[in-house]
Amino acid sequence: MVDVVVETARAKSLVLDLPGWPGHRAGQHVDIRLTAEDGYQAQRSYSIASAPEDDHLTLTIERLDDGEVSPYLTEVLEPGDELELRGPIGGYFVWEASLSGPLQLIAGGSGIVPLRAMLRHLVAADRPVAARVLYSARSLDDAIFREELLGLTAYDEVDVQIALTRAWPAGWSGHRGRIDRALVDAVTWPPQERPRIYVCGPTAFVEAAAELLVETGHRPDSIKTERFGPTGG
Amino acid sequence: MDALDGNAIAGDLFAAFGHEMTAVVGTCTSCGATSAIAELRVYISGPGTVARCPDCTSVAMVLARGAARFSGYDLAGPGSAD
Repeated sequence: MVDVVVETARAKSLVLDLPGWPGHRAGQHVDIRLTAEDGYQAQRSYSIASAPEDDHLTLTIERLDDGEVSPYLTEVLEPGDELELRGPIGGYFVWEASLSGPLQLIAGGSGIVPLRAMLRHLVAADRPVAARVLYSARSLDDAIFREELLGLTAYDEVDVQIALTRAWPAGWSGHRGRIDRALVDAVTWPPQERPRIYVCGPTAFVEAAAELLVETGHRPDSIKTERFGPTGG
Repeated sequence: MDALDGNAIAGDLFAAFGHEMTAVVGTCTSCGATSAIAELRVYISGPGTVARCPDCTSVAMVLARGAARFSGYDLAGPGSAD
């Protein structure tokens, strides 16, 4: 590992130097395995936050206080330490800039991580398709990559909307509370635009979002989902 | 316990089969629904992992000790997920 970047109070990015890394596709993840001195092993999957075009592979990891792996990765690991990982992994929840648009990305919490890889991949493309992002976080301080995401709106092709579910700054003009049908109608691509949709987050968030999208009229096979939960700790 | 989905076991499936499996589509032999392995509902516990059809929750696959066994999920599906 070459660097650690503090993203939020609970999330850190691990910047890795991987000799012989074969490259990855936006949306893929890696499995990290930790082995204790007594031989006990724990393995977890973490999404890749960097684009294929980036110089280093970045994993952004949210600490789960009762987790077995994430506290070590976010609190103990230091630059220069080595990690045992396998990947890149996954061929379903991936997006390539060569795919036709538009693109709709919907994230809950640290579900933004693989979608950030897709967005960085998108803006690195010669002719980016249009993308809309809907990101639900507890508060602005909990919104991972918020500065970068809002900075990406400088691209004509990218729109980013952040919904805050628990706390918001005074004068917050964005959505307050959980995502709902009115918000989906207001800020996401309508079904007639036939977007490719990627939804990532905790299981309950993903299922609520997918249900809203189908209710709105999107074809179920246009929606790709990735759920994570406590076993990801 | 909340279910995860087949994306969560992509690495173990890769290790068991030697190639990427999550985009492979199969058909539930109980209800006939087709879904990519990534779309299966996955329950991970200590000894093993159970993947179920997202439509009818019938068992589609059991993954234990590095080996995967499909049951009730026919991999000769109509095509790839993409």
